[in-house]
Amino acid sequence: MDWSFIAAHVPDYLAGAWVTLRFGLYGVGCSLGVGLLCCLARYFRVPVLRGLAHGYIELARNTPLMVQLFFLYAGLPRVGIRLSAEACAVIGLTFLGGAYMAEAFRSGLESVDRAQREAGECLGLTRAQNIRYVLLPQALATAVPALFANVFFLIKETSMFSVLALMDLMNVADTLRTSGGRTVEVLFLLAAAYLALLLPVSLAATFTERRLRYAGFGNQRSV
Amino acid sequence: MPDLGISVLFRGINFQRLLLGLWVTLRIALITIGVSLVLGLLFGLLMLRKNRLSRGFCRLWLEIVRFMPQLVLLYLVYFGFARLFGWNLDGELSAVLVFSFWGTAEMGDLFRGALTSIPKHQRESAAALGLTRAQINRYILLPQTARRLLPQAINLSTRIIKTTALVKMINVTEVLKVGQQIIGQYYREPAAAFWVYAAVFLLYFLICWPISLLAGWLEKRYQDGPAAGAA
Repeated sequence: MDWSFIAAHVPDYLAGAWVTLRFGLYGVGCSLGVGLLCCLARYFRVPVLRGLAHGYIELARNTPLMVQLFFLYAGLPRVGIRLSAEACAVIGLTFLGGAYMAEAFRSGLESVDRAQREAGECLGLTRAQNIRYVLLPQALATAVPALFANVFFLIKETSMFSVLALMDLMNVADTLRTSGGRTVEVLFLLAAAYLALLLPVSLAATFTERRLRYAGFGNQRSV
Repeated sequence: MPDLGISVLFRGINFQRLLLGLWVTLRIALITIGVSLVLGLLFGLLMLRKNRLSRGFCRLWLEIVRFMPQLVLLYLVYFGFARLFGWNLDGELSAVLVFSFWGTAEMGDLFRGALTSIPKHQRESAAALGLTRAQINRYILLPQTARRLLPQAINLSTRIIKTTALVKMINVTEVLKVGQQIIGQYYREPAAAFWVYAAVFLLYFLICWPISLLAGWLEKRYQDGPAAGAA
């Protein structure tokens, strides 16, 4: 192990990690939005949208992100839809993540007793108020572990960005590997970088879940 | 405009070539699923051992798999092993090794979860009724564990199938790579790439979707119904 090589290239990896993290977080953020909307469309049985959401979820969950990215990045431009690598990264991750987040939100909403929703309606809450003040707070508490698992999964999936022209961690490592021949050091740094990215997510998940359990939200029946 | 390209898919033996490429990924997936299933059950049992050493070992294995993206693991084995140990594994073998390493841990964890989710009184009641250990395993624990494990194991299989798309990155000529070869051949037809990638997308979907539906159906069925047919 050549430590001077490692020390010299840490900045490259930091730059790569920043790209991975930035687009990963954009993707996660958008996924949460898309997931919530899809889940609500299904929960409230909104005509048309509900079917669309269902179809989208099945499509996204049953195809690999790498194939989705190839389609976005190399397929679509040929029919006139040109997207930058950055846009493809965020759209691709959102396409995949939205479906997983929708399922996580759904499991949360389903754990909320129907009487809660009906009680809210009886009290004259609008649908938006009902969602905002009655359903979501309770659903979120139950959905947190699944949501965090998805965040973790999506950050890992960002390694697929390497098929795009984007200097993410994988591509930084690949460039160094093919140019320098220091394969072991390059891969060591790569593994260390992903560990450094994912460890905080894992700790945050553990911390939040513990807090929720203390708050008494965690005693829902688990399957 | 796009209709100019779709014919590329069916020209000559292009579609057969795509399917052959798909078979390469599926073969890797099938071997991986088989290995993961067998080793995963052993892994699960090992996790349940009271022995600290075996539990620590499993924990380490599981955490490595949990934290490292599969692509990184693939790189470690395919490029790293060649440099470290001088083993030049071919892409397919590396893929099977890495995915089995990952699948075994995941399957083991699912198995452990399913086994520990069975209420303690099941085993105790059976023992009180005078069943032997083998009988308890055979008639009480196995059927209930299988019922909980099956949907999850099937879901894991679809994840394994989807993950095999990665082998393109370690120079295995699978469906994406074949697709690119076809696109390269028909570079004069701009929409070819669109249709080829759309076809690959659809092929994956057509394989994984029915399996997911089966898992969902089984899960629902086992959840709703009473424990009929357990004996």
